[in-house]
Amino acid sequence: MALLEIDKITKRFGTNTVLDDVSLTVDAGEIIAVIGRSGSGKSTMLRCINGLEPIQGGRITVDGMQVNDKATDLRKLRQQVGIVFQSYNLFPHLSVSRNITLAPTLIKGITEAEGREIAREVLQRVGLEEKLDAYPDQLSGGQQQRVAIARSLAMRPKLMLFDEITSALDPELTGEVLKVLEDMAKSGMTMILVTHEMGFARRFGSRLVFMHEGRIREEGPAAATLAEPRTQELETFLGAVLH
Amino acid sequence: MIREFGWVDVLYLVFAMRWTLALTATAFIGGGLIGLVIAVLRVSRVWPLQAIAVLYVQAIQGTPLLVLLFVFFFGLSIVGLPVLPWIAAALAFSIYAGAFLGEIWRGALDAIPKTQWEAGSALGLGFGEQLRHVIMPQAIRMAIPPTVGFLVQLIKNTSLAATIGFVELTREGQLTTASTFQPFAVYLTVAFLYFLTCFPLTQWSRHLERRSYGPA
Amino acid sequence: MSYTFQFRDVFAAWEFILQGVAMTLYLSAVTMVLGLAIGVACAAGRLYGPKPLRVLVGVYVESIRNTPLLVQLFIIFFGLPSLGVRFDATTAAVITLAVNLGAYATEIVRAGLEAVPKAQVEAGHSLGLSGLQVFRHIVLFPALRMMYPSLASQFILLMLATSITSQIAVEDLFHVASIIQSRTFRDFEVYTVIGVLYLLLALVFRGGFALLYQLVFARR
Ligand SMILES: Nc1ncnc2c1ncn2[C@@H]1O[C@H](COP(=O)(O)OP(=O)(O)OP(=O)(O)O)[C@@H](O)[C@H]1O
Ligand SMILES: [Mg+2]
Repeated sequence: MALLEIDKITKRFGTNTVLDDVSLTVDAGEIIAVIGRSGSGKSTMLRCINGLEPIQGGRITVDGMQVNDKATDLRKLRQQVGIVFQSYNLFPHLSVSRNITLAPTLIKGITEAEGREIAREVLQRVGLEEKLDAYPDQLSGGQQQRVAIARSLAMRPKLMLFDEITSALDPELTGEVLKVLEDMAKSGMTMILVTHEMGFARRFGSRLVFMHEGRIREEGPAAATLAEPRTQELETFLGAVLH
Repeated sequence: MIREFGWVDVLYLVFAMRWTLALTATAFIGGGLIGLVIAVLRVSRVWPLQAIAVLYVQAIQGTPLLVLLFVFFFGLSIVGLPVLPWIAAALAFSIYAGAFLGEIWRGALDAIPKTQWEAGSALGLGFGEQLRHVIMPQAIRMAIPPTVGFLVQLIKNTSLAATIGFVELTREGQLTTASTFQPFAVYLTVAFLYFLTCFPLTQWSRHLERRSYGPA
Repeated sequence: MSYTFQFRDVFAAWEFILQGVAMTLYLSAVTMVLGLAIGVACAAGRLYGPKPLRVLVGVYVESIRNTPLLVQLFIIFFGLPSLGVRFDATTAAVITLAVNLGAYATEIVRAGLEAVPKAQVEAGHSLGLSGLQVFRHIVLFPALRMMYPSLASQFILLMLATSITSQIAVEDLFHVASIIQSRTFRDFEVYTVIGVLYLLLALVFRGGFALLYQLVFARR
């Protein structure tokens, strides 16, 4: 069974239809790169997947759990699906360690000491073990973003969603975050990334999804699709971002 | 019997301040509890609860404190409570403080970016957990300066309890005036005592405010 | 609960109540104008005046803001006559309220003036505008817009606070209540009705201020 199944979903803000008949199936271990113009609905799709936005039609199923169902415990769902935002959204009043342990200790009922071990481990994965007791405002943007990734990893999710996580970073800090993504890709994590990093999408994406005006306009193997777009819209889009 | 306004009278005034402070403290605690509920109702995502909070705040903030005091004073007997000025004052001032503190604290909660709630949600925290662990700690820091500022308002406004016969600083001033016929000296002293209490708080509130804009 | 509420006697005194409303509106209107004038003058003094004036304004603002209105009223109405300065109740009320509002208005106006970015002032000067022109066209309007909400809420607080002048027997709405009470002995009902009237007044004020804002600021 697929890890994620998006089945003909519709998402409206008022009368504005933002996602229209979107379907997507993701198997465990896949890395999906989502690209598209600003306003095409990329962020909204990610937010629907972990239940931050309700949908008006269709069905989303993650690991057998139906997202848009009242009976589903969203807390359970969100242990399976991590999301990292462009603006990091770390908790500024909590240390790095506490940022990471907050959810596991509250939700999984583990002790603070166990939590700290987990924090140490996930920080190691993002190369920031020494920042365990720092506060967010003592870190650079790239470091904050890596902590945000570590915070999500601490819940041991099966699926990770990344929404343009390098867009707010200076070019020289982008590399360190992409490196973390690479390592995660190699370790077999299932990921959906909204990204403008075409190079990354080409090398690590197992599949590419191109969104246009609230629909998936084109979808296919990442490298091939980028090399030979089948639709005019994707060609135009690539022309605009690559030049 | 008419006598000179002397040091003994000043001492009496100083002693009367304990009732000003006691009433302030009572209202601050009572109003704080109400205010907390109001603020949380306002940020809850349930509109009837929000509406209740809005109505409460609007009604209390649109009514003179003097009216509140008198309504409670004369309402006590209707609900079978003893008609005592301090009961009426404690109730009226708590209700009043609840509206203002609720509004101040809601403002602080609202000032925390929506993305902080969302980050909590995304990690699987429930509404209460987000509020308690993510939003409140940040909001409290922001809320302290205006809360101290309101405390000054509250101290000053407890003077109105004098009108229903609660003997605090201002009422003691009226009594002293009646026996000394030196209203100017007496009321200046009273004002000075209020000033001594309020001014340091005002300064502190300003200091805190500057601090929260400082290098973070 | 054996108490029966009875509002008839209260409403019977409606003419009386209207007079009270009129007095409350009069006090509010006059003191808003005076208080705002004091506020603007003092804010200007505090920002642009010589050092002694700035200190003086500071002392004024702090002494008013850190003492109760009721006590200020008593000092002016009961205290000043012993220095030979005597006012009738309404005059004493207007003076006290205006002086009180003036202190708060000073702070609001000052904050508004300070909030206009320096760069804009410099831009104005660099375009060759005179000091006064810069003040009128670049500082004043945005500053007014910025301070308007605070001023409006301060004005509403003031309107409600005029009730305090009943304590020196100014015949405002609240004072009327005590007269009706002494005639009808319907104390709870009287004060409830009066409270609702104040609430309505506050709503009217708020609506009026919002409308004024639309007319003056929102169109540009
Ligand atoms: N909370 C919201 N309320 C109303 N409309 C919204 C909301 N969030 C997004 N939208 C609208 O939905 C559409 C899709 O937005 P979305 O953020 O998903 O686009 P995006 O593809 O992520 O764009 P970008 O590349 O700029 O991040 C846009 O038209 C946007 O204005
Ligand atoms: Mg987006």
